[in-house]
Amino acid sequence: MMRDTNINKSRREFLKSSTGVALFIGMSGLLPSIVSCRDSKKIEKTLEKHNITAWVRITEDGDITIYNPAAEMGQGSMTSLPIIFAEEMDAEWSKVKVEFSPQEVEIYGSEGWTPGSKLMFTVGSRITKSNFPLMRQSGAQARHILMYSAAKHWDVPLEELTTDKSVITHPKTKRSIPYGALIPFLKTPKHLPKYSLNELKKTEDFRLIGKEIPRVDIPDKVNGSAKFAGDLRMPDMLYGVLERGNLHGAKPSLENEQEILSIHGVISLLPFNYAIGVIANSLEVALDAKSKLKIKWSETDATNFNSQEIYNSYENIAKDASTGKIIREKGNVNIEQNTNFKTFVSDFKNDYVYHAQMEPLNIVVQVIPNQQRAEVWVGSQQGVDPKLGIPDLLGYPPENINIHLQYLGGGFGRRSMNDFVHEGVLMAKEVGPKPLKLLWTREDDIGYGAFRPLSLQRLKAVTGINGAILSLSHCIIGDGGNLVASGTRNDHYDIPNELVEWRETKHGIRLKHWRAVGHGPNKFAIECMLDEIAADQRIDPISLRKNLMQNSPRALATMKKVEEMSNWTETSSMDRAKGVGFVEHGSLGSGVCEISVNKATGEIKVHHFWVALDAGIIIQPDNVKAQIEGGIIMGMSSVLKEQITIEDGRVVQSNFHDYNLLRIQDIPETIETFLIPSNENPEGVGETATPMVACCIANAFLRLTGKHLRHLPFTPERVLDALNT
Amino acid sequence: MPLYTLNINNNSFEVEVNKGTSLLWVLREHLGLTGTKYSCGIAQCGSCTIHIDQKPMRACILTVENFAMGQKILTIEGLSEKGEHPVQKAWIKTQAPQCGYCQSGQIMQAVALLKEKPKPSREEIKSYMNGILCRCGTYMRILEAIEIASEENSAIN
Repeated sequence: MMRDTNINKSRREFLKSSTGVALFIGMSGLLPSIVSCRDSKKIEKTLEKHNITAWVRITEDGDITIYNPAAEMGQGSMTSLPIIFAEEMDAEWSKVKVEFSPQEVEIYGSEGWTPGSKLMFTVGSRITKSNFPLMRQSGAQARHILMYSAAKHWDVPLEELTTDKSVITHPKTKRSIPYGALIPFLKTPKHLPKYSLNELKKTEDFRLIGKEIPRVDIPDKVNGSAKFAGDLRMPDMLYGVLERGNLHGAKPSLENEQEILSIHGVISLLPFNYAIGVIANSLEVALDAKSKLKIKWSETDATNFNSQEIYNSYENIAKDASTGKIIREKGNVNIEQNTNFKTFVSDFKNDYVYHAQMEPLNIVVQVIPNQQRAEVWVGSQQGVDPKLGIPDLLGYPPENINIHLQYLGGGFGRRSMNDFVHEGVLMAKEVGPKPLKLLWTREDDIGYGAFRPLSLQRLKAVTGINGAILSLSHCIIGDGGNLVASGTRNDHYDIPNELVEWRETKHGIRLKHWRAVGHGPNKFAIECMLDEIAADQRIDPISLRKNLMQNSPRALATMKKVEEMSNWTETSSMDRAKGVGFVEHGSLGSGVCEISVNKATGEIKVHHFWVALDAGIIIQPDNVKAQIEGGIIMGMSSVLKEQITIEDGRVVQSNFHDYNLLRIQDIPETIETFLIPSNENPEGVGETATPMVACCIANAFLRLTGKHLRHLPFTPERVLDALNT
Repeated sequence: MPLYTLNINNNSFEVEVNKGTSLLWVLREHLGLTGTKYSCGIAQCGSCTIHIDQKPMRACILTVENFAMGQKILTIEGLSEKGEHPVQKAWIKTQAPQCGYCQSGQIMQAVALLKEKPKPSREEIKSYMNGILCRCGTYMRILEAIEIASEENSAIN
């Protein structure tokens, strides 16, 4: 053991009663505590109040409950994090149940964006990576406490004990005891070890990590019992809805307040500076009243903005000689020109896209003013503030705000923005202590959406005498800072001189992280530029990339693998072509797709997708494949179908009849994923596949037709335009 | 407010709501059958798919008064006791759901398909399932699950 941590004995509590027995093994910051308890109600109550903190609960019959500190939005953290914990605890997986942990960042937070900081925030594909060391350490410590107790119970040295699947064995005396049976003999060690990496399990000894373990949330998701926040019902619960209009930030003036208040069942109206809230005793009455609101809206910064006419002005901004904000600079892109050098310049554009998570935003809140307390049931991707900003909003102490995390019916970045949480809290405060359910309709969710920004990327590459890429300049024009500028790093390509700069525009449209954020538009631009160079030089696009990746063996391995998987060198049939792309987003992924184009209609058909991924140690292989499949499908949807347009500042689309998502008829015949074996630390996989779709399709299109697709989405009209140029 | 009697999952339910109230709100907010989901409200996404007399329909656009005359309403909660319907089992086998929100609708549509056509072709599956959106992109596994359930079709019907 590397270092011991003293246990604060004042934190140790033993609660006893006549019913069930439970063991808590937990950590409060660095101070672990153990609590043996016979009163389950008291445990629940104590846990709820966060007086006891804990990662795992064991009952005498061996049932193990492990707490998941992350949001579950379909990415599988509800299973993958407990698997890591159970691996080091040596727990019998079939006896494991999983619950959401309380939202207490000091206890359950994993390392945040700066070393030593703690964060509970399910964003940026950070969950598996950041929790891997934490779950291993906590799992190993839980095992230590059990072994310590067995050693005392049998009066043998702890070092002589072994564990396997929830059983401790002392081989010398041939004695064994299941974890659960140890509960009456639990002893608190004076010191809790802090394990170094080489004291934890070796990867070759993993028996849960890397194995095919079904996800724990799936049975409830196929029988209809899985609870999303909007599924909750409570006695005396009221309903809240808001009319926000589709001109972002417009101030409302309500012109028929009395008429609305006279509707039977309407309780009250609550004005916001951007919306009118209606509270009613049933959802149907609330929605009916919402539809009858007569609101006059103010004009805003977005007034007069027409998204589809803005690109000319963006091109002019790109032409401006002065440089924007430097995002990254490497070497000097202003290399001296040589007559043998060649310059490539292309513009890539992308329209706004919308999250379209299938569950519209919703929340259930109970504000109890006389206790200065709030209970909040929400599907949230959490936040920098684990209490989601509610303490400040209500002026209540943070410890009185209880966040009960529910399943998320899709996040994709939308549920890391807690505007809907604050709306729900303010409306619930109005009617407290009665609970209130806030629902956004789909029209609210789109019309008052927060989109991936529209942007333009001007890329300029210079190649040298032998065709090598000497410099790459990447100029981004758009609103939203990192929302448009992420995903511009080319760490795995050996390009000596690079400049990434951002030139800001502002349109008054609400913006938000959208799965993979700037990687979508920026990888599209970078990877298409590489193929434009390859086409000009008449060299193979994969060969070009492999040359650039010589100093990045892990990236290179994915490229070589996808070349093999896709039978890249084999020519496609006449009417089909393959295109390639590479994306790094934590994990490294190379993708190839095969497409055909209907030249009469302009429709692109994707037939196959192959992905080779290096994500380090894989916790759940099948789940990673599911993430890649889903990421590709969502990518195809955004690249081929999705478009938010703004006319005179107003969001034009309002529901799924005019905001089209990919449907099952448009899926590829196959999506094949290969996971490169690795003993490196795990990296996120949720956002690596989506950004490779645009470049793979556009590059395949170039090889098939000799034409360029440089504006997302590739609608049939744009495809026909490209074919006719 | 009028009182309606509904036959849901072979049980009789009484509900007092305004005429014109959508069946979806009745199921979810008045009766607590929340496996059926709201997502678009205009029959474009299929998250609220239920069966009316064995036919798949979108609950969001049905009004309660038209379905209180003894029609048999089936929701995901009534499909099986413990999720053991062959379609549900196939869904677990392929680990189809991600966020899970659309899956009740997907499953109800798939069950109706296999009732109508026990051995559908791949193209027939896609055509029949095309009305049900999934944002997580689980379509590949949904397709596979339906094919698996179809193979075990003797257990259905």
